[in-house]
Order: sequence, then structure tokens, then C-alpha cells
Amino acid sequence: MHASVRPAVSVNITPPVITGASRETAAPSEMRMTISKVNFWYGAKQTLFDISLGIATSKVTALIGPSGCGKSTLLRTLDRMHETVRNSRLEGQILLDGKNILDQDVTLLRRRVGMVFQRPNPFPKSIFENVAYGLRINGSKLPMGDAVEKSLRHAALWDEVKDHLHKSAYELSGGQQQRLCIARALAVEPEVLLLDEPCSALDPISTAKIEELLVQLKDLCTIVTVTHNMQQAARISDFTAFLLTGQLIEFSPTPQLFTKPTDARTEAYITGRFG
Amino acid sequence: MATTSTTVPSAGPFLGSRSFLARLREGDEIARLVTLLFAASVVLITLLIVYELWQGSVLPRHKFGFAFLRTSVWDPNFDNFGALPFIFGTVVTSAVALFIAVPLGIGAAIFLAELAPARLSDALEFFIDLLAAVPSVIYGLLGIFIVVPVMRDVIQPALKNTLGFIPLFKGPAFGIGFLTAGIVLAIMVIPYIISVSREILLSVPRDQREAALALGSTRWESTWKVVVPFARTGIMGSIFLALARALGETMAVTMVIGNTPAIAASLFSPGDSIASVIANQFTEATGELYTQSLIELGLVLFLLTFILNGLARVLILVTSQRGSAHA
Repeated sequence: MHASVRPAVSVNITPPVITGASRETAAPSEMRMTISKVNFWYGAKQTLFDISLGIATSKVTALIGPSGCGKSTLLRTLDRMHETVRNSRLEGQILLDGKNILDQDVTLLRRRVGMVFQRPNPFPKSIFENVAYGLRINGSKLPMGDAVEKSLRHAALWDEVKDHLHKSAYELSGGQQQRLCIARALAVEPEVLLLDEPCSALDPISTAKIEELLVQLKDLCTIVTVTHNMQQAARISDFTAFLLTGQLIEFSPTPQLFTKPTDARTEAYITGRFG
Repeated sequence: MATTSTTVPSAGPFLGSRSFLARLREGDEIARLVTLLFAASVVLITLLIVYELWQGSVLPRHKFGFAFLRTSVWDPNFDNFGALPFIFGTVVTSAVALFIAVPLGIGAAIFLAELAPARLSDALEFFIDLLAAVPSVIYGLLGIFIVVPVMRDVIQPALKNTLGFIPLFKGPAFGIGFLTAGIVLAIMVIPYIISVSREILLSVPRDQREAALALGSTRWESTWKVVVPFARTGIMGSIFLALARALGETMAVTMVIGNTPAIAASLFSPGDSIASVIANQFTEATGELYTQSLIELGLVLFLLTFILNGLARVLILVTSQRGSAHA
């Protein structure tokens, strides 16, 4: 929908600032987002320290680490959701297609960077209206039915709900609700989709469906997912960032991070010695 | 289990805990009966009120029948009694009150819950709770000394000059009357609407707001299209509470409504309400029929409240079904 205003992936993007541990990331020109020297505070407590990493276009990037390591906080800075928390403060630079998101209109930014939350949070409306919500607030002129169907198909939910689109979203199972939330986020055609532990409230079968879905969605948009489940990160992501106490310890292509971690702490974490 | 513990009174080391468990179970039973009794007493009291009102109004019920509800004459000298002007006054003043109080109250609740800094919101909530506790006679005095003169000298002339072509705003500006009573009622019920609606809005889950914001909603869009609809049922509840209070309010209404049993198209006209006429005339009612007619008015108010509450519940049911399907 915003295709016309969306800058093409340009070649003159500022190269990402890469920390010592993350030299083997994708080439700069393939970066959808670039996070540079981000520091973050809740009140007086600093929770992110000098984080720098690039989010590769049309890839899945996973953020892993033990509880409280700052992975969700980092994710929430990418669509400036951190601003809903009082007394929070962010320093640093986050670029989306080469432009600092902190200088942009926040509602426009969030239409380009969608988000799916830990617990399925459909609106108490029909399945159809949940998906249509984003289109309606954007004043979309597209035929609503087609757009809703397309999003539900992308979220692999269409076949299960096509005969009762006007039922309440609350009648769906947890896994279906989460896929509905993904469809709702996809409806506004975001360039980046952020997912904050999207499977943590779901059963294994629903989890498998969503994992499969995320891999397919790569063609549609760039994906950043937070997970506390290392196997999940290994299964679905192309790049993995390991965070510990607010610091980025290691950022590498996923196979490398899980097989040849360069940092002893990463190795300790992925082999289950803590966390 | 209870039988086990009573038939084996002294059987080993687990006896203590077992009989304790049994006592707990008996306690459950006691709690169930006691709470059931309390719950039943609500129904019982309601039925008793209806019974008393029914029994106390035998004479007018037999003499007037359903004509009591349709007759607009209230003439104690000739033993002629009709409830229509009072029903009219009660409904009109309550409608005016809700018309004013609902937008103001919900607007204020949205500000307090969604936009105001938490500290300001809590401070204001304290004052709102204070307002809800002011006795109605104080609101009546406020009405007589402030609202009535302002209505007579400022608001009613202004309404007449601008909207005077509508029958609602025609006629002499006395200051007292339906409109003034409605405004005083509005002032009285606004704190209920604000207080209850604010709590409901604050209890809307954070993830609903975040879902809306994450789709690129502005703060107002998230409030108006997601948070308020989510809280709709609770907000409706606050309006019922306000309606119930407005229908039954006696003191403040009687001080500003004019106490004239009349039906008029103009909101400026003096009138009377059911609660108000009962309070005013009961002590001086002479003769059985007069007294019993006032009691029957009480019965009518009871039924009116019952019907309006029922309608409101139907309204909730209808709108919430529509809400989940389309809105």
C-alpha cells in the first residue's frame, strides 16, 4: 500500500557499525535496518549498552538471551514502542532504509514496521474487522475483502476461517489468534515485522505452524523475532544476536553462532550452562 | 469425606489434619448457606417492596385501573388522581440529565484514564469521589441559589433567542422547571459516570493499546477505536447507575422542578416528578385514596426503573453482538 512512498533498497545506506564479534554479517547494502550505538534507560536503570547491529533485508534475524537481557527492549526500540513506557530514554541511532526512525512521524513508522506480541491480542471484534483495522485507520481505498483475504492467506489462516469471517476473533484457538495477529500486522504491508516471543504462549503444534509461516514470510518482509527458545532461533533464523545483561555479545549467521560461537559466554548459553 | 472423619474419630496420626479438612468442608457448607441467604435477601426485599406497594395501593388500583397511568389530572380536592405528569417529569428530567452527563462524564473519564498524567488523574479522582458523596439536599441548594438564577437570566433567554423556534425552548423563563432539574441531576450523576468509566478504561489490557499503536494508530485512534469499544459494556454500566440515580432522585429535584403536575412541550415549564411529589405530599395527604395514590406512584416508579433497566440491558446485548460482528 505504501509501495509508492517506500524508498527502494538503496545502495548508499550507511554501513552498519559492527562490533568486534559481528564481522561476518551480511553486506551493508542488504541492510533494512541499522542499529548504531543504542543505549537505553528505564528511569535511572540502563538496560541496553552500546548495541550496534544490522537487520538484513528479507531475512529472519533472531534475538536470543536469558530473561532480562534486553532482547525485548531492543526489539521495541525498532518501532519506538518503548515510548509508551514513562521515563524511558534512548540514545543512539536506528536507521530504516537509511533514515533515522527517531526523527520520523511515529505513526508512519509503525505502519512500515509492524509488531506481533508475546500473547495473542486480537481486538474484541470479528476476524474480518481485526485484519481490516489497520487498513481502515490508514484510509485504504483497496477493496477491503480482497486485502483481508490476502493477509489471512499470507498468515496461513485463510482456509481455517474463510467460512466464518464474521465470528468473534475470541472464538479462535490461541495459535489461530496469534496467526490472526500476524495477518492483522501484515495487512498494512509493513517492510519489517517484529515479533516478541510470538510462540511463548502457544502449544507445540501451533508453534510449529508459526515457525513455518515466518520462514515463508521472509519473501514479503524483513523479520526480527525475539525468542527464549534457542532451538527455535536455530530452526528459523538466518542471523542470530545473543544478548546478555543489555550487551550484544555475539551477532553472526545462525549456523555459525550455534556451531562455532566465538565468545565463551555464547557457547556457555547455547550449550545450556546458564539461562 | 465428612462421613469418614466422623465415623473414625480417633484413628492415628492423620486424624488431626483430616478432621480439620472435614471442618473446612463443613465451613464451605456454612459459607455457601450464609452467602446464599444474603443473596436471597436481595430478592426477598425486592419482592417485599413490591408486595407492600401493591397492597398499599388497593383503592386507587380498583378505582382508576390502568387509567391511573394515562390520566394527567392530579386533583386531591375531588379525589381524582392520574400519574402521567409525574411519569413525564421523571422521564424528561432523567433524559435531560443523561443527555448532558453522558458525553461530559465519558469525555472526562477518557481524559483521566488515557491522557492525563497519573498523578493528576488520581488527584482529580479524589475530588470526583468527594462529589459523589455530597448529600442531594446540598445539590438542591446549589440549584436554587446558583443554577436557577443563571438559567432564568442567562441560559434560558439565550436558548430562546437561538433555538426558540423549537417547541422545547419556548415559553417564559422561570428558572425552575424540567431543564433546570435535568441540569442539577446531570451535575449529580456525572461523578458516577466518571468514576466508574475511568476504572473500566484503566482496566483495559495494555496489549490492546499496544496492538493498536503498533498498527500505526495515533493515540486518539487507539483510545477511541480500541480502548473505548473494549470498555463499552462497563461504560454502559456506569450510565445505568447514573440513570437509576436520576430516576429516583428526590430532594434536589423537588427544590428546582417547580412542583406543578403539568405536561408541557417546553423544557422551561415547571413540572413534577414521581419521587418529588411523593416526598412533598405524603405528610399532608388526607384521606385513604390520596395516600394510596401516592403509594401507587411509588409502584409506578419501581416499574419504570425496572422497565428502563431492562431496555438498557437489551441495548447492551444488541450493541455488543453488533460490536463483535461488525463494529
